Amino acid sequence: MDRPATHPSARIRPVPAGAAIWVARCLILIAGLLPLGRASARDTNAWPAIQARGILRWGNDAEGGAPYIYHPPGKPDALTGFEVDLAEELCRRLKLRGDFVQGNWDMLIPTLKQGGSIDLILAGLERSPENLAKVAMSRPYYVFAQQLVVRKGTPPVAGLTGMKGRRIGVLSGTSSQRLAEATPGVDTKVYQDNVNYFRDLEVGRLDAVLTDGPIAQTYLAGNTKLVAGGPPFAQGAYAIAVRHEDASLLEVINPVLLAMVHDGTLKQIYSRYGLWNEDQSTLGDWSETRHVGEQHRSTLREWTTYLPLLLRAAVTTIWVTCGGMTLAVTWGLVLALCRLDGSRPLRWAATAYIEVFRGTPLLLQIYFLYFGLAQQLGVRLPAGVAAVLSLGLNYAANEAENYRAGLLAVPRGQAEAAAALGMSRALALRRVLLPQALRIALPGITNDFIAMFKDSSIVSVIALVELTKQYQIRAIDTGDYVGLGLMTAGIYFVMSYTASLGARQLERRLRHDSR
Amino acid sequence: MIHVDGLIKRFGSLTVLDGIDHRQAPAEAVVLIGPSGCGKSTFLRCLNQLETHDGGRITIDGVALEAGSRLDRESQRRLRMQSGMVFQQFHLFPHRTALENVMEGPLHVLKMPRAEAEARARELLRKVGLEDRAGFLPAQLSGGQQQRVAIARALAMKPKVMLFDEPTSALDPEVRGEVLSVLHDLRAEGMTMLIITHEMEFARDFADRVLFFEGGHVVEVGPPGQVLEDPTHPRTREFLRRVRPRH
Repeated sequence: MDRPATHPSARIRPVPAGAAIWVARCLILIAGLLPLGRASARDTNAWPAIQARGILRWGNDAEGGAPYIYHPPGKPDALTGFEVDLAEELCRRLKLRGDFVQGNWDMLIPTLKQGGSIDLILAGLERSPENLAKVAMSRPYYVFAQQLVVRKGTPPVAGLTGMKGRRIGVLSGTSSQRLAEATPGVDTKVYQDNVNYFRDLEVGRLDAVLTDGPIAQTYLAGNTKLVAGGPPFAQGAYAIAVRHEDASLLEVINPVLLAMVHDGTLKQIYSRYGLWNEDQSTLGDWSETRHVGEQHRSTLREWTTYLPLLLRAAVTTIWVTCGGMTLAVTWGLVLALCRLDGSRPLRWAATAYIEVFRGTPLLLQIYFLYFGLAQQLGVRLPAGVAAVLSLGLNYAANEAENYRAGLLAVPRGQAEAAAALGMSRALALRRVLLPQALRIALPGITNDFIAMFKDSSIVSVIALVELTKQYQIRAIDTGDYVGLGLMTAGIYFVMSYTASLGARQLERRLRHDSR
Repeated sequence: MIHVDGLIKRFGSLTVLDGIDHRQAPAEAVVLIGPSGCGKSTFLRCLNQLETHDGGRITIDGVALEAGSRLDRESQRRLRMQSGMVFQQFHLFPHRTALENVMEGPLHVLKMPRAEAEARARELLRKVGLEDRAGFLPAQLSGGQQQRVAIARALAMKPKVMLFDEPTSALDPEVRGEVLSVLHDLRAEGMTMLIITHEMEFARDFADRVLFFEGGHVVEVGPPGQVLEDPTHPRTREFLRRVRPRH
């Protein structure tokens, strides 16, 4: 997402020299993020540019996006969904070719605001004050309500307030998240997509999911384990988002949407997906309320609010890392000894383990442990356990190699001298070889420990809010990537520098250790 | 004390020891000489079971180990405990002090109480003249001092026999004497010793008997005066001419 030439601050700077533009263009090309001839970020009149191009680039996230946008069963290359149909109809009426651009849902707004890769977002984005502060939005194209989803057989739920002390899954950056977090006593778990929280609800890791009506409706349609928990509540509306500086686009889009309401096209599209209901009849009555101007919040000035949030998330980072590393150094030692000293099958197994865990992505291993085990074997690991396990099991492969390198570097005479004293292999390892090997392996191990502080951010995919995830959530929330980024980077630095100092201390102690 | 019958050791297709017979009485000091690769070092390592032999029988003070039958670890260990080994490169444990190096075996292999192990280690260090270096790490000691600690470490296990594999070869000439004088002390105490060395003068003064090894055989045996001064075998003469050019 690093696009220097389109940084917002470029707008208020004087036009850079030709060479600078050339360099910036090159960077853009290298990044492969956008084609040549892109309209400048300073151009507030976007419509002619789009017309000249003949292509409307609309952003959405096809991952788990039914009924909005999804790959129809059996046709993994095709795309369908009511927003796909809506976008096609919109483009047809605007006499443009539609170009779908895939993005992570919770990164769509930041991507749009950066400019360059998409013209608008048509992705179930709510016309909420929070969103209106970040982007300009069209008239609504769909009215939805919040829906609680629970497991079949759960006693009736009295709305959100009846969920005190329960675990509720929500999608990151939605009004569901805001509603759940605003309800005291509710344990909110934030997800990045709208499939995995249903999985976790099915296997019992959650007590309920709070989500938009269409999502719930679609998922429940083919599901025997989950049911709606009470009636829908808290209405909202989806709208198309464009950048504030492209707000003039809305003057083109809004009349088209209104025409689609009046001539029944919207009803036709929504009925196709079973989404038409009485709430939609209000779509034609909507009238523009005043835009809320873009807010520039400085989280640095409000650090008393945001620093504690980040620090609390850092605690998660710390225990996940420390737990993961403890597992990695113990299990890694076992693996290294099996590989060096084990019988042939043990040696083979340890080597295979190391190669497999080093050779596959950590993310895949986390998914496998957390979702795969629950699905196939009914083993429901809590997110924290799955996080520590996956980090530990993965890093154990690296640590095993560190130990092995250390053990191989100990001169052979040491093992012989130990043997000549009558030591068994186990005793020689414990008293003579490992202490020396550890000293050689330690820099590599501590390096991995510090790396794990950063790698641990990957566990956010299983609804564990650690430091990076918290940063992402709050940055999207406030739009202050820099202020929060500085605070987050500061916390990471303090953590890894402390770990470094500790490691150096340990290395020194091992060097002088004479016991 | 030492009884070796028909000892055979092969490395792959290469026969390194080809039926060695050797008898050694208690308190006898035997020096092994011979060109490099002749098998003398392997012979010592077999006695200590750092190498397992492929044929023959080794007996040290009544503890026997016969090749052919499966050499299980326990009987290997029992034979190994009969002898103490001193290496050319000392192989002290670099992460432990001189005192701890000497205590290591008694403490963890013999399960001796710590106080007793330490008292014994200090006494052995005094015996090799290093009581004031007890708290030093190997890296802080000279080569001669390290080798003396290594001898003390081997002695701490109360071996019946001491095996020395070129104990002074890695040392500067001026410190060899301090190690050799420790060997003389041991001899005076009646220790049974087998020493590989290239120091012919030392061998002549020290040994009760000299064995000349070549090609995996003991080519010539006898008192040093005979083997070193008046060898009968042409190979021995040739070897001695090479190591002692002045003759």
